[in-house]
Formats: sequence, C-alpha cells, structure tokens
Amino acid sequence: MAGTRVSRRRILVAALLGSAPVIVPSALSKTLSGSIPWIAGTSPAPRGFGGQRFFTAAERRCVDALVARLIPADELGPGAREAGVVDFIDDQLAGPFGRGERWYMMGPFADGLETQGYQSEQPPAGLYRAALAELDAHCRAHFQDRLFADLSEAEQDAILGRIEGEDLEFAGVSASAFFALLQETTIEGFFCDPVHGGNRDMIGWRLVGFPGARYDYRDYLNHNGAAISIEPVGLSGRAAWNVD
Amino acid sequence: MTRKLPPVDVVLVGFGWTGAILAQELTQDGLQVLAIERGAWRDTPSHFPTTVAQDELRWYWRKEMFQSTARETLTFRNSRGETALPMRRWGSFLPGEGVGGGGVHWNGQTWRFLPSDFVAASHNAGRYGPLGPEMTVQDYGVTYDELEPHYDRFEKLCGIGGRAGNLNGEIRAGGNPFEGPRSAEYPNPPMHMTFAQHRFEAATGELGLKPFPGPSANMSQPYVNPLGCQLAPCTYCGFCEKYGCGNYSKASAQTTILPVLMRKPNFSVKTHNEVLQVKLDSTGRRATGVIHVDQNGEEYEQPADLVILCAYQLSNTRLMMLSGIGEIYDPATGDGLVGKNYCYQVMSGADVFFDDKYTNEFVGAGALGMCVDDYNGDNFDHSGLGFIGGGYIACWTTHSRPIERQRTPEGTPTWGSAWKKAVAENFLKSTNVGAHGASMAHAGNHLDLDPTYTDVYGRPLMRMTFDFTANDRAMSVFLTERVREIAERMGGREIRLNPREGPYDSMPYQTTHNTGGTIMGTNPSNSVVNRYLQSWDVPNLFVMGAGVFPQNAGYNPTGTVAALAYWSADAIRARYLRNPGPLVQA
Repeated sequence: MAGTRVSRRRILVAALLGSAPVIVPSALSKTLSGSIPWIAGTSPAPRGFGGQRFFTAAERRCVDALVARLIPADELGPGAREAGVVDFIDDQLAGPFGRGERWYMMGPFADGLETQGYQSEQPPAGLYRAALAELDAHCRAHFQDRLFADLSEAEQDAILGRIEGEDLEFAGVSASAFFALLQETTIEGFFCDPVHGGNRDMIGWRLVGFPGARYDYRDYLNHNGAAISIEPVGLSGRAAWNVD
Repeated sequence: MTRKLPPVDVVLVGFGWTGAILAQELTQDGLQVLAIERGAWRDTPSHFPTTVAQDELRWYWRKEMFQSTARETLTFRNSRGETALPMRRWGSFLPGEGVGGGGVHWNGQTWRFLPSDFVAASHNAGRYGPLGPEMTVQDYGVTYDELEPHYDRFEKLCGIGGRAGNLNGEIRAGGNPFEGPRSAEYPNPPMHMTFAQHRFEAATGELGLKPFPGPSANMSQPYVNPLGCQLAPCTYCGFCEKYGCGNYSKASAQTTILPVLMRKPNFSVKTHNEVLQVKLDSTGRRATGVIHVDQNGEEYEQPADLVILCAYQLSNTRLMMLSGIGEIYDPATGDGLVGKNYCYQVMSGADVFFDDKYTNEFVGAGALGMCVDDYNGDNFDHSGLGFIGGGYIACWTTHSRPIERQRTPEGTPTWGSAWKKAVAENFLKSTNVGAHGASMAHAGNHLDLDPTYTDVYGRPLMRMTFDFTANDRAMSVFLTERVREIAERMGGREIRLNPREGPYDSMPYQTTHNTGGTIMGTNPSNSVVNRYLQSWDVPNLFVMGAGVFPQNAGYNPTGTVAALAYWSADAIRARYLRNPGPLVQA
C-alpha cells in the first residue's frame, strides 16, 4: 500500500470523524474513534420485577400448586411458594422472556429430536397457557372434576411423576417440554437475585448458603474446608431485616 | 440503495479479541483501520460494574451477554439423515456479540497447545500407523516453535498467571512438564488455590501424575501490561464465564488493548452494523470491501484494500459461504473445503461430595484450578487404546451460581423434598473434576447452509451436522476413568460420574470451543487459508479465529487463537504490506 494513498485516506477519515467520540444519541449504530466513549451513569439497569401479570386467576392457582410440589415447604424451611416463585414466573411470562423475544421463533416448526432442544411453536408464555389448560382438563377428567390445585399432594406428585416419566401426554402441546420449562423457571425464581421478584427474603440463597452478589472473597481464600458464614446481599443491597 | 463510503486501508469484520489484536498491530503501520461490529459498544464501568455484572438470571439465563438467536442462529442435526432444526435458543455453546466479543465473558483459562497438536496427522500416523479413512485430521502448517513468541506476547498482554513447566527446555517442578518449551516464565504467579485444589493436588500426586496450576487470565496480583493498561487483582467473586468482569481483573480487549487503541486517530469502530457480505471484484480473486447494514436497514459499501474476518468461528465460516468465497464442503463427494472439519470438544467429569468439609465454591474464579496434563495430546502411549488425542483433567473452582449449579448425589430425584434436601446439603460441600477432551476431525461432521431456515435478513442460516465420533467416545471413556481414579482419592464421601454418553446434545451447556470450517493447511487442496491465515482464493482476505483449527486440541482455544492472530499480523506487517499478494505460493 503506497504511503501517499494511506495518508490521504487518513486525512479523509479524520475529517469525517473528528477526534472526539462521535455519538448519535438517538441511534444504536455509532462510529467511535478518538477515545473510550464512556458516559457517567449509563449502566444498563436490569429489567427487574415489574409486577406484570400474565396468568388468569385459575392458571395462577395451578402454577402455585405446581411450584409448591417441585420445591416444597418442609422441615428444611420455606419453598418455592414462599419465595414468590409464582410472582416471578407471572412477571417473566408477561415480559420479553414469555414472548420469546430473544429466541428464534420463525417456522417451519417440527417436533425434532431430543438433541435439538426447544421446538415448540409457542414461546414460553403460550406453552404455559396451553399446558396448564391440558393439565387441568386431565385432572377434571380423572379426578371427579377437580383441578390440579384441588388434588392432594400425593395425587399431585403422582401426576408430576407421570409427566416427568413421559407417561402422561397432553393434546396439542408437549407435556415434557412443559415440565422442563416449569422446572427451569421454578429454579430460576427460587435462586435468582431478588431484584427479579423471586428468591423472596433470599429464601433460596439462605437454603443453600449462597452469599449472593458479593464481589470480594479474598479474605476467605484460606478457608481450608471450614464453613464461611456470610449474610447474603443482592444487587440492590440487603433488606431491612438483614441489616446488622 | 447501497451507499458507498470513503475507502479505508483495512476493514475488520467483528471486534472481539482478534479484531482488537489486529487493529492494535496494523494501526502501528499508519494504516487506517475500521472495525465493524454487529453488537453494542461495551466497557467496564458502563456495562458490567460489580453492581450490574453479578446477575445470574439476566446475563446467562436471559442471554443478554450473547448473540440474539431471534436475529440469527444455526440449525442443527446429529447426522445427514436427519432434518436440521433451528437452535431456537443457545444451549451447548454461547456465541458472543458486542465489542470485546466472547472475550468479555470467557473464564480466562489460557493455554498453549502441545507441539504435537500442530502436527496431529503426521505425528500420530508416524507413531501409531495410518488414521482411519473417515478421520480428516491434518497438520496445521505452522509449528509450535513458530508460534511460541506469539503465545508469549499474548500472555504478557493479558498478564497470565501460572508456573512454567518447561523453560527453554528445562523441566521445572510445579509446572506442566508436558508443555512445549517457553521462552519466558509467566508474567504473573498462579492464582491462590483453595481447599478443592489442595485435595486434587494431593490425589494426583499420589497417583504419580504431575499437578500444576491452571494458566489464568484472572489477575493473581496487580498488573500493568506492555501497552500500559492496568489490571486489578482478582477478588474471586465467581462471576467470570458468561459475565463481564466489573473489577478490571480479567483480561479482555476492554482491559488490555482498547484504552490504547481507542485513542489512535487511525482507528475507528462502527457498532450495531452487521457485515452481510465480503464483496469481490469481477475476477473473484480480490476483495474490494464489505457490504454492511445498520440497525435501520441502511446498506453501505465499505471499500478496503484488506479485509480481515475477526468474528466468531461460526460467523466467519458463514460469511465465507454467503460471500461465495471457496466451495462449500460436501461430505457426499468430499469436494469443497469451507465448512469442513467442524470440531467441538468432549467434556466429562465427576462431582465429589464431602461430608464435613466445605468447598465454598462461591469463593472462585474462572481460571482458579489445578490441572494434570498427563493424558492430553500424545503425552501418553496410545498403543492399543483405539484413539488418538486426549485432554487435560482439572479441578477448577469457577463459581457456585445457584441457578446453574445444583449438584446432587447419584439417585437423587430431580424435584421435591428429597431434591431440596440434597441440594441444600451439598451446595457448599462439593467440587468437580473435569476432563477437557479434544475433538478429532471426521468426514461426516461439517457446516453448510440450511435449505429452509433464514435469519432476519432472509439469508440462509448455517447448518451444523455433528456427533461425537468413535475416536471421541473412546477417548472420553478413557479420560472419564482417569477422572474417576482422581475423584475417588480426594477424600469425599462419594462421587458422581458424569460421562459423555449418547448422541451430542445441542442443549446442555458444554463449552464454547467450536472450531473448523475455515481450516488452515499446507496447500489449497486441503485448506481454506494458508499458514498465515490468508485465503488461498482471495489473497487480500485473512480469516482469524478457531475456524482455522484443522481439528481441536484438548485445551481451551483462546491462547492459540490469539497467538495465530499475532503470527498472522506479523506476516501482514512484515511481508504482505510491502508486497500485497499470496504469502505462500500454491
């Protein structure tokens, strides 16, 4: 590359861009040159819990019963119901996750093999809705018109066991895809940062001993197999009950 | 209408590790360099401060750190007889997007490949006889000795912490005795090990193996790199892989290059602009620039004298295909080279559960671990074993993020009170021993364009056809047994083996170490690029990244990707710029 040509281009581009960062505030596309374009206070906040609602009252009652069986309240302490997992799932399904906004949802759709992952035509919210209707329809038909939430814990567990064992199928929607999504979102709601509406009172973190969004453990590197007792903190700090 | 922009000397497609390295090197010669990045600008204080970074749901599970599959994904099938379907969300691997690329959310385990890895075909055939006809393994066309200075350069750029096991041919206690000779000690000492690593070190020592600290791009102490960028000591917060580091403690383009590069008047980066095509002249032998599109759908032609693909392996391969450069590989005929030798890695391991000892793995870092390399590459005799290659075995304490990790003993139900109890009892008292296995090229594993599914621009998605091969499986069974021997000696109550069984599954996360598709080699009949990563077909086009690996070694690839980038940059600067044309005569 001839030197003269290079320098002419350099002048051209320099004239176009200037030496300060060029930022068009209203547009995503930017050309950056001259310095790091850091602007104070631009950290992208998490979406956080919006308290949005997707479920009907009947759906909510069903999901409440489901998550309470996946992670029950028992002698070890509170479970998914107490940790606000239903609120979390409701809000998530009402938002971008429920709509599958960051998932590839273009057709055509086919059942697919297990190794090909999620192939439902429905994004998560639609899958929940269709499967909950099927679940309650199944219970009505086989348990004297009772809904899933009306069944005994033993009856509920038996149904969940059959779904997990692929011994119970729904019409028009995959029962096992639903079970996987239910399990995934329940675990998310139980262990996520409380800023997202689940893990209320850090119930999930306290159960397992996870200290949360702390960022400096250098003082604990020589723990040598001994327990470390640290109160958890979330992204938005600690709740009043947790202040020393 | 496509708007034609003023020309630049060099256009870089994608702006992660290799883009930043190439930009830093080529701007030294006064060239006007423009990087085009489809994602957003990202820097440490704005995008991943410690009050923002440690959000497990957001960055990993809602995939805010990664490329959006809604815009582009790939389709997947295990074999040619199946119909490939889109990966509707990421699972097995996590392609990055945005400035810094995957280098923002890597763990920082920074290895060199073995000298024998670069000559895998000739070395193994010479020692064990001919490889199977389906194994399309081949030599890289570049040697370890040639890459050594470039590995060294990247390690100093990043401030890698470790302990040399082979310093100029002298084997040194406490390092990896199997590694190729190093010209210098690591720039930083190893990470501070914790309880689990001590147990692993003792167990492997008892077995006669040679444990050593894993090479780490998390800072073991404060560090100023040769460009003058300052990195802070790692605080062992356990949010490395899948997260940006808010503490300037993990080497990335942001922490090691951009503070210097961004000040140069002859460099600029365009964000939220996606390159759709490398534009060729009428001969098809010269790139005239690239076509890219901004977020409003406005198309631009960016002329350039030199085009360098610096995106992720999958994206580089697809862009070659969509630009009509070279012939797409067809396993039925064996013709074509673009998309050939797609490889992955074969991961397996064992969880170790303790009764009265706390592993406290929330005190962790992406590259905090002890390793053994006795069963990697050709570090052991493969006679009669029925496979070539291997992997390192390590006890990394990377994190204990609870949505991702609920280790339970064998036989635990997957929900209900028994599950809850097992998770609660073992969360702080378990660790893992993992095997990081190689993946050897096979004629049936490849990438091409999907006939059905398209991206948001209506262009075909790339299609992946992949399954673990007989070599992969035999190797993994062997490595997993070695894992078992080590895990059983670590003093736990019990272990749970996680072998890699059944067909390759695109959903559970395994590793973002996809390789091949634009492979390098010794001549145009066996490779897409020559030993300097220069396209055989289009000499003013270079291709970076792990796509050039003819097969994958049993290590994390970033060290080798970066060494190859420096090696290629040196060839461009020393030879190509003076005399633009093929650097290797076909």
